[in-house]
Amino acid sequence: MPITTDQQIKGINFSEFAFRKILFISAISIVILLFCFFLTLVASSLPSINTIGIKFIYGVTWDPVSDKFGGFPFLAGTLFTSLLALIIAIPFSLSVALFLGEYFRTGLISAIFKNIVELLAAIPSVIYGFWGLFVLVPLIRSLETKIGVAPYGVGILTSSIILSIMIVPYAVSLTVQVITLVPADLKEAAYSLGATRLEVIRNIILPYTRSGIFAGILLALGRALGETMAVTMLIGNSHIVPVSIFSPGNTMASVIANEFTEATGKIYLSALIEMGLFLFLVTTIINIIGRSVIKRFSIS
Amino acid sequence: MKTFKSALSIVILTAVIIIAMAFSNTKNENAKMTGSSDIELTAAGATFPYPLYSKLFYEYNKQTGVKVNYQSIGSGGGIKQLQSKTVDFGASDAPMSDEELQTSPGAIVHIPTCLGAVVVTYNLTGNPVLALTSDVVADIFLGKITKWNDKRIQGINPGVKLPDLAISIIHRSDGSGTTYIFSDYLSKVSDSWKNKPGTGKSLDWPVGIGAKGNEGVSGLVKQTPGSIGYVELIYAIQNKMPFAKLKNKSGNFVEASLKSVSASADVSIPADARVSLTNTDAKDGYPISSFTYILVYKDQKYGTRSESQAKSTIDLIWWMIHNCKQYAEPLNYSSLPVAALKIAEANLKSVMYGNKKLL
Repeated sequence: MPITTDQQIKGINFSEFAFRKILFISAISIVILLFCFFLTLVASSLPSINTIGIKFIYGVTWDPVSDKFGGFPFLAGTLFTSLLALIIAIPFSLSVALFLGEYFRTGLISAIFKNIVELLAAIPSVIYGFWGLFVLVPLIRSLETKIGVAPYGVGILTSSIILSIMIVPYAVSLTVQVITLVPADLKEAAYSLGATRLEVIRNIILPYTRSGIFAGILLALGRALGETMAVTMLIGNSHIVPVSIFSPGNTMASVIANEFTEATGKIYLSALIEMGLFLFLVTTIINIIGRSVIKRFSIS
Repeated sequence: MKTFKSALSIVILTAVIIIAMAFSNTKNENAKMTGSSDIELTAAGATFPYPLYSKLFYEYNKQTGVKVNYQSIGSGGGIKQLQSKTVDFGASDAPMSDEELQTSPGAIVHIPTCLGAVVVTYNLTGNPVLALTSDVVADIFLGKITKWNDKRIQGINPGVKLPDLAISIIHRSDGSGTTYIFSDYLSKVSDSWKNKPGTGKSLDWPVGIGAKGNEGVSGLVKQTPGSIGYVELIYAIQNKMPFAKLKNKSGNFVEASLKSVSASADVSIPADARVSLTNTDAKDGYPISSFTYILVYKDQKYGTRSESQAKSTIDLIWWMIHNCKQYAEPLNYSSLPVAALKIAEANLKSVMYGNKKLL
């Protein structure tokens, strides 16, 4: 046992104290920052909130020339693309996660696959946008020509497909982690009762990891809701409420990115900031709902 | 415990570095403000003249040593930065509105530097050169004409065999001076356009899809058979895209070219140079042309600006408007006609530093 002098104890106490303080300050500044974000958004959207009022949420006309600002087409576009992207992404991410978390936990193949999936998250979204524009858009366009809808190529479906590729790594990485955390004795017990691998996955792994999988999906959804660049390039940027998966649309993040730099009118600028506030609230609400679902799902 | 200590020392070290950097930055700024050594000017604004301006600034730097840092953040951004007095000059495609001028902290002068044009480009097999009239262009973009072989298009293009193909409209999704000029033209020639969607940098488009930037629109038009869009002349030329001859106010079908765009400014121009050239009265003028402007405060003595800084700002702009021609035309910008240049000179000469003349 090492002998500690008073001096050393003092030193240790000081560094303990300083470290604790640093951690505390870092943590509290995140909270303060978030609160300040919210306050700034509210304060800057006041002119628009006062003139437009509640119509901002359900209005369908976005006309900067006559200062009419209705955000519904953008809300619809954001939710439509994100949910469609989730529907496309969930089967893929679940399969990839089971493959990496259960079938190939270690070894070269697993390492290669894991890295590639993580790499998907590291690709800048403008690259996804470009790829979508030059590869996906012509494909969708030829599909649209065949089934006889307006052959724009860009629209809800195109952006949802790109979004789904972008969010897969987020859902996968969390799901793999929870799958590898399933206690081995549970699985072994099932095997010893004669369960097949599929039965183990269906009856042990999936129920056990439900809440973790849902958390992964929620993380992916959060990413999809806020994605701007790739969606802007592929959605068609029409201020209309999308009626089918082939129609062009617009999202909340896209309209801000598109119009903010040249928004000169006071109400116009304020309406764009209110759109940001609206997006902030939508994300928060979805997160709260998600969390309560996770709680209900989790096995304690 | 060791890791804690090293973590702590890293944090402290980072803090020291950041503070040191902050200090060295202010030192640099101080040096700039006193204007002791090389003069560096900052400017912000329109993206449209950026290729020309960066060429001009490069040449000017070679000749005089004056460095110009131009941020092409868009006309709206340029106006905002000028209003908050963070730049030596701003640049904008559209002249500032009366409201914008009133809310500015000082009188602002418009100096036209060169001219640009917006062309109607399309994707049809064989790249035929179409002729279009203003009411046809307006009705296409209003969604009233939906097929390429519509009688009204075919009527003015008897020599071209137009396909039975739906017209896909492609417009800008981002707020832009290009949209402003195009919608300004359409508002002048079509009453129903003027009524809705009107003139602006962003519009509530009745039909079509939006793409970001000139490059986005030209890219999407190139990809989409049967599409039509509007881009700046340079982008159409660079991408070898066909663009329509437009019938101007005098009844002539005019193709956008350096000459016809320059000619559009052969009209009487008000002394403050704030004028819309779209649907020009000029006989051979291309109808969707516009000046692009440099914006400066009439009184250059504001903030911490020194006289030498003000002087070099004005000298630079003077040099730009007189040397534009040789650099502008290879880059497909049209230069100012003589009358417009006279007005630019007069406006620049009115700029003062306190009570002192600068030119």
